[in-house]
Amino acid sequence: MSNTKPTISKALKKNIRRNFVERLIEWALMLSGLIAILITFGIVYILVSESIPFFEAVSIKEFLTSTIWTPNFEIKNYGILPLVAGTVTITGIALIVAIPLGTITAVYLSEFASHRLRETIKPILELLVGVPTVVFGYFALLLVTPLLQKIIPDLPSFNMLGPGIVMGIMIVPYIASVAEDSMRAVPMAMREGSYAMGATRFQTAVSVVMPAALSGIIAAYILAISRGIGETMIVAIAAGQQPNFTFNPVESAATITAYIVSVALGDLEHGGIGYQSIFAAGMVLFIMTLSLNILGQWTRNKFSERY
Amino acid sequence: MVKKQEIIKAVSKNFNFYYADGTHALKDINVSLYEKKITALIGPSGCGKSTFLRSFNRMHDLYPGNKYQGEIILNPDNTNILDKKVDPIEVRMRISMVFQKPNPFPKSIYENVAYGLRVRGENNKRMLDDKVEEALKGASLWNEVKDRLPDLAFNLSGGQQQRLCIARALATDPEIMLFDEPTSALDPIATVNIEELMSELKKKLTILIVTHNMQQAARISDYTAYMYLGKMIEFDETDIIFTNPSKKETEDYITGKFG
Amino acid sequence: MKKNNLPENKNLDLIRALIKKHKKNDQVFAGIGFFVIASLAIALLILFLDLLLDGYPKITLEFFSNFPSRKPEMAGILSAWVGSALVLLVTFFVAVPMGVAAGIYLEEYAKKGWLADLIEINVANLAGVPSIIYGLLALGLFVYEFGLGQSILTAGLTLSLLMLPIVIVSTREAIRGIPVHIREAAFAVGATKWQVTLHHVLQYAMGGVLTGIIIGMARAIGETAPVITIGALTFIAFMPPSPVTEVAPFINFDWLDAGFTVLPIQMFNWISRPEHAFHINAAATGAVIIILTLLMNGMAIKLRYNIRKKIKW
Repeated sequence: MSNTKPTISKALKKNIRRNFVERLIEWALMLSGLIAILITFGIVYILVSESIPFFEAVSIKEFLTSTIWTPNFEIKNYGILPLVAGTVTITGIALIVAIPLGTITAVYLSEFASHRLRETIKPILELLVGVPTVVFGYFALLLVTPLLQKIIPDLPSFNMLGPGIVMGIMIVPYIASVAEDSMRAVPMAMREGSYAMGATRFQTAVSVVMPAALSGIIAAYILAISRGIGETMIVAIAAGQQPNFTFNPVESAATITAYIVSVALGDLEHGGIGYQSIFAAGMVLFIMTLSLNILGQWTRNKFSERY
Repeated sequence: MVKKQEIIKAVSKNFNFYYADGTHALKDINVSLYEKKITALIGPSGCGKSTFLRSFNRMHDLYPGNKYQGEIILNPDNTNILDKKVDPIEVRMRISMVFQKPNPFPKSIYENVAYGLRVRGENNKRMLDDKVEEALKGASLWNEVKDRLPDLAFNLSGGQQQRLCIARALATDPEIMLFDEPTSALDPIATVNIEELMSELKKKLTILIVTHNMQQAARISDYTAYMYLGKMIEFDETDIIFTNPSKKETEDYITGKFG
Repeated sequence: MKKNNLPENKNLDLIRALIKKHKKNDQVFAGIGFFVIASLAIALLILFLDLLLDGYPKITLEFFSNFPSRKPEMAGILSAWVGSALVLLVTFFVAVPMGVAAGIYLEEYAKKGWLADLIEINVANLAGVPSIIYGLLALGLFVYEFGLGQSILTAGLTLSLLMLPIVIVSTREAIRGIPVHIREAAFAVGATKWQVTLHHVLQYAMGGVLTGIIIGMARAIGETAPVITIGALTFIAFMPPSPVTEVAPFINFDWLDAGFTVLPIQMFNWISRPEHAFHINAAATGAVIIILTLLMNGMAIKLRYNIRKKIKW
């Protein structure tokens, strides 16, 4: 009989402790994973809970149909339409700029550019996506608007055209990047089939590659719209902060995002209706962008990989 | 030995090919394609048969850096397909190709077949309808799809898609049709369909086919070329190649000693 | 009428004319495409150069060591860049551990099922939420309900929310790129799951994770809207309490509670003034911000490029 203690029990003890630590770690990691759900929940919670008192004081009818928004003036009006009009107009101008330019860029990079050219331009596109929007706001106010004023003499310093154009330029790299990725994913075999029929690069790009990548391209547009709607600084700096129900680009206006910023810049009593109004406006914004994002994801998945 | 009455449709003369990375993939290929006959290219993987096939419609031009050396002459106009002054698009309008895996376009069945015609500027609806029907009949697909021409091509089965690709390549009345292992991705029944199809097609045009499957070459081709490591080892009538080859390498490959 | 198999000269000529026309279209488009890209590049270059040229004279040591002031010539970005640095410190220490942990969980531990799917959907959606919404969340929740006030801590937490999806996605992609046999080799010698993750998977994934962190931080530097919303001050002429003190215990966390401003807000503030002299200050601040973000994004891109080249499994 040996008098050495069996080594098994020591190892077993270590095993139990090690397993415990492993489980602990797994739980900690899972909690981190859950954070994403918590954040979404937090957003919905705060928007809804702060909007409820707002909608107790303001009728939904007025909110959705009135064209005057003056929650912080003497005479209070609570129609969200001016803010929506501003948002839609500026985003519309941006898309008129960004969709054609972004698509052309994507087609060129994917179907025409040499490998070296593409590898040079793609990182530059990525860098552009990272430029802070406050800088673009500076351009819109101090560079683009004065330029436009030379063409349109009566253009006010705050208008929707300048920030619209600049926002468009800001969105181009975004559309180009996503659309180009979609087009690159189309298999070479399909292109070869087109070329073998005697088609040129342009014919192949338009007749074969773009239809094949259509879902990705449309998803890029939808996500770009969402990006434009949620943009704050360019419009806050260059479009003015006066709500104005108009679709006329040469007038100044406020978007939903600009309104929230303008209120946050001032002094607001917590809990007052002015304070709650930014959450009500924020909720409208959130619903708009969430719907677009879901639509974009759905579009991307719907037609994907038919080849 | 070659029968005297055969017309030569195309002939490659001292044809060498270099890939962009410098690989000397085809060495001094001399071979004749006889008109309205099926010529098969056989050989083990990597012997260059697909590379040779794809030279006929200048597919290699799509990837920068590749180099052709020598000539491939097309009759009766005596054009050197490989000449830099000859536009590859012009070549592709005369010589069409069917690929290994069916690659229909994301369009309707009708538009897939009509694609080549539209590229040639044909937009007259009556003309297109006629040509599409003719091509689909020529590809033995008409009866299966005549009631659903607007359907997406992707909805067809693999064998049907490949026949669609054949119809597409056929619709523009090519002089030569190139087939790159057209049945390797298909089941045996679909394979038989396509082999029968090719025997019909050769009445109208010249066919060059690359195949991994020796038995297929023996079944359908009139002439066979055996390639190995970029060289043309032997070229002759199919019967002779498979029953009484002149070169020992050919015999070794045919009898399965390697490959 | 059927076209013959043999091309007559007439047919050949027709075809050649058609090809010529198509090739011209081809070239026209290629020209347009190149022109679009070139003009975009030049336009942006001009804009940035203009910013730099306008702001350059102001970028001096004084600029970095002065507080904002009512006199534009004397104004500087001291409080702004210190504020940015402190806020980013908080952002880093919150977003990185949580983001990497979440990424590890989703890639290594989570079992396929409704929970993993739900988390994924949420991460994807959160990436597309406008930044100002995060500001509203922070305002209602952090500033008031949790009582953290309009402080550096709140700003740091807010920006970390923004940064989180970026870190999670990069971590996941980096981990996904690691082939199974690396893990299997580690398991085969008896390592536990966590040991495999920490000592093997994470080492190889580190490059990709780092790329995501850098990109996230670069974005956080430039974020304005959410920080304005939680009530960052736009004119402060004082510094937050220093984190390092002379007296024990040498580290002090009072600064987390302090009022503050950040670089992009300082720029926004100066743009909003009518005086041209303040616009110059804004340009200078903008130049500083751009240089910082371009440097960081450039680093990230270079890092990713190096990883792609070097790693051969």
